[in-house]
Amino acid sequence: MPGIEDLYREIILDHYRTPRNRGELQPPAISSEGHNPLCGDDIRIYLDVADGVVRDVKFSGQGCSISQSSTSMMTVAIKGKTVVEVGAFVRRFKHMMTLADNDEPVDESINLGDIEALQGVVKFPVRIKCATLGWNTLLEALTESTK
Amino acid sequence: MAGANRDFDSAAIRRDFPILATQINGKPLVYLDSANTSQKPNIVIDAMSKFMRETYAPINRSAYTLAANATELYEGARNAVAKFINANSSQEIVFTKNATEALNLLVNSWGRANLKTGDVVLLTHMEHHANIVPWQMLQQERGIELRWVPLTSDYQLDLTSLETLLSGVKVFSFTSMSNVLGTINPVEKLCAAAHAAGAIAIVDACQSVPHTHTDVRALGADFVTFSSHKMCGPSGLGVLWGRKELLEAMPPFLGGGNMISEVRLDGFTCAELPAKFEAGTPAIAEVIGLGAAVEFLSSVGMANIRQHEIAMSSYVLDLLTTRFGDDITIHGPRNPELRGATFSFAFRGIHPHDLSQVLDQSNVCVRAGHHCAKPLMKIIGANATARASFYLYNTTTDADALADALDSASDIF
Repeated sequence: MPGIEDLYREIILDHYRTPRNRGELQPPAISSEGHNPLCGDDIRIYLDVADGVVRDVKFSGQGCSISQSSTSMMTVAIKGKTVVEVGAFVRRFKHMMTLADNDEPVDESINLGDIEALQGVVKFPVRIKCATLGWNTLLEALTESTK
Repeated sequence: MAGANRDFDSAAIRRDFPILATQINGKPLVYLDSANTSQKPNIVIDAMSKFMRETYAPINRSAYTLAANATELYEGARNAVAKFINANSSQEIVFTKNATEALNLLVNSWGRANLKTGDVVLLTHMEHHANIVPWQMLQQERGIELRWVPLTSDYQLDLTSLETLLSGVKVFSFTSMSNVLGTINPVEKLCAAAHAAGAIAIVDACQSVPHTHTDVRALGADFVTFSSHKMCGPSGLGVLWGRKELLEAMPPFLGGGNMISEVRLDGFTCAELPAKFEAGTPAIAEVIGLGAAVEFLSSVGMANIRQHEIAMSSYVLDLLTTRFGDDITIHGPRNPELRGATFSFAFRGIHPHDLSQVLDQSNVCVRAGHHCAKPLMKIIGANATARASFYLYNTTTDADALADALDSASDIF
């Protein structure tokens, strides 16, 4: 059995205790809501996209340490990136989570930084859904922003 | 105190469940998720294994000896289940895929035949999704009205306005015991109130049949549903009991083999009960396993099991509140006589998913989440809870292990 310390790394607990970019953005920022039907968690992602660049991002909702910290770290990482860069970044993350989303290539040279700490989640397969909740919700918001 | 019941030998009961001797990482298993699904005693495992090794054959359709023997075992199990809940006749016992399917059968068969636009169905705020969503599906199709019995602040059904709520109601469908709160509902009283208002009474008895003596005639219900896997039997099998005259008047649910007496190019006629509601090859070995499970439960004695669980509830409530005080919030009644031994709780602000992950390090198995009762979770103001549920094979040692493991969770968060 993998040790619990593989899951609850210090950086993860730090983002759980002190989440970054928590809050809301007013329209015209768009938002998207995601649910984890397994545990009842919900997350809302607010996205301010202008000229193909993520100008600002915030999140609200309730969830476990893994979903909250993963989303917190995600918001830090994507702020200022272009929509295209964010798409590649999400693919790289989901690849690490062993979720081969589609046939699109994964750029393994992308550095996930602190988010690499979530690698341990893979050893606890039930929790992969927690780690990816915010990311899937982000994808929905991105789709919304390009409409 | 748990264990004070002289007719109840916990150590002997635990020996009947081979999985309880399993160790993970050198530590014993502390299984506290029986409200979700129960573990299986040797008698069930052996009955199913013996059947598949020695007697497996189709039922109800072949003349050879092996098939006749298989049919006899299958119908013998039906008789055992009928006797276990004091049904008038084994024809009133319908086997389904699970209790969820049993409720869907009622909504689709009885509901479609008897409910029209504007008719009212009364449910309660403590229902499992299985007793909500099928009605909502019928609501979308047919425009029936759904009404709800609310909760009191001490986690009981608020029955002060029951008569008003029941006015004009065609069906009152409710749980006998909340799978989240542990609250035991006054089933006889609710059935009588339904009948006084001219409604039929459906009881989702998944959480009570495994834990307490059930006499469907004494309850006064019209239909009772429950699941095999929560009462020491195998999964893949549910039970619908219904009053014979109601079942006979209902149209079939699923169509196919076994449920017909005649099929022509221009139509069909249904088989007699209970075959009418058992289309296709059923879960034969599972039914035989359930027959063994009710034999096992009867040999232990349902009254003894109930007494054991009252004692366990008393012990768990004392232990958790004494040890953790305001750090733990238990969503459910405090009186052990009014509840089953199922405890949903919040602990020191730790998310239930994280809590169950840490408890797992001590092999303490609890459920975390919304327990398929999202409307109830919203009403009690929780997105999710952790839930520890005890059964006949759990002891105070398991409760102590839970408390110790909870303490260790605080160290991480």
